[in-house]
Amino acid sequence: MPIFISKITVTLRRSILDPQGKAVHHALENLGLHSVQDVRIGKFIEIKLNAVSELEARAVVEQACKKLLSNPVMEDFSFTIENIAE
Amino acid sequence: MNNSHLKFGVVVFPGSNCDHDAYYVLKHIFSQETCFLWHKDSSLQNVNVVILPGGFSYGDYLRCGAIARFSPIMKEVISFARDGGIVIGICNGFQILCEAGLLPGVLLRNEQLTFVCTMLHLRVENNDTLFTSLCREGEVLQIPIAHGEGNYFADDETLSQLENQKRILFRYCARDGSVTKAANPNGSRNDIAGIMNEYGNVMGMMPHPERAADPATGPTDGQKIFRSVIKNVVENRYINNRKIFERS
Repeated sequence: MPIFISKITVTLRRSILDPQGKAVHHALENLGLHSVQDVRIGKFIEIKLNAVSELEARAVVEQACKKLLSNPVMEDFSFTIENIAE
Repeated sequence: MNNSHLKFGVVVFPGSNCDHDAYYVLKHIFSQETCFLWHKDSSLQNVNVVILPGGFSYGDYLRCGAIARFSPIMKEVISFARDGGIVIGICNGFQILCEAGLLPGVLLRNEQLTFVCTMLHLRVENNDTLFTSLCREGEVLQIPIAHGEGNYFADDETLSQLENQKRILFRYCARDGSVTKAANPNGSRNDIAGIMNEYGNVMGMMPHPERAADPATGPTDGQKIFRSVIKNVVENRYINNRKIFERS
């Protein structure tokens, strides 16, 4: 069965203040990187899975994101899927 | 119920660290029958009240409470709550209740990014509930907090529902009861420290009433919350035994 790798990014929703991002932004400014406009911190999750098709893999990852990997009250998610072995 | 003894169940997740405090207070201060409920168990052992204690269940991995929510015991707790059973979530327990969808909103990282462990004051916003009936409305309770993720967030619509339905039970306040920005320890919207669900049987709060219940260790204002629950269940007040949620 084909194996897929999904790379998932979970970030705080735009409407939610990200104090961690803000703190890092300050630190970057202290480093002299004054061109930095905004910093948002998120999570990166990599999932390896078996699926008959990319469509099926996508459905599984979507479910994982919605039910566990992100909390829709505060987070958004996005992901890519790559077939690594037929 | 015709005696004054209830059975409390304190859920133990890997990483719970206030489970024994809750157990001690219920059993030895209030003389209630109390048992631990292991996270892998699937029986609530006929308890009247479930306590989800504070701590760092599953190491706070992914998000606070996110993984605990899928443990076997939580399936039972969710179904118990949906049948009108009484569930109290303290600190990490509050986070778990939000993740499980039994309470609205979410607890974000504290605004100032630091863990806060301190004694503070809460104002009782609604004393006409199962959890607060022995408090006066507007009463100021002295109860400690200890958390890094206690910054309550919900969207505007949810917040106005909570306000309109008087489901905010506790707000952070100053010693004199005034709600000020300085008295809010974590950035919580509307200074929320504790809320209940719309049916009044599920309550979550970030402060630790079990740490303010034994006279040997300081203030005992937290007793009022446990005493309210015991009294109301014994007297069958505020109890809704109907199946109150749509099964999903």
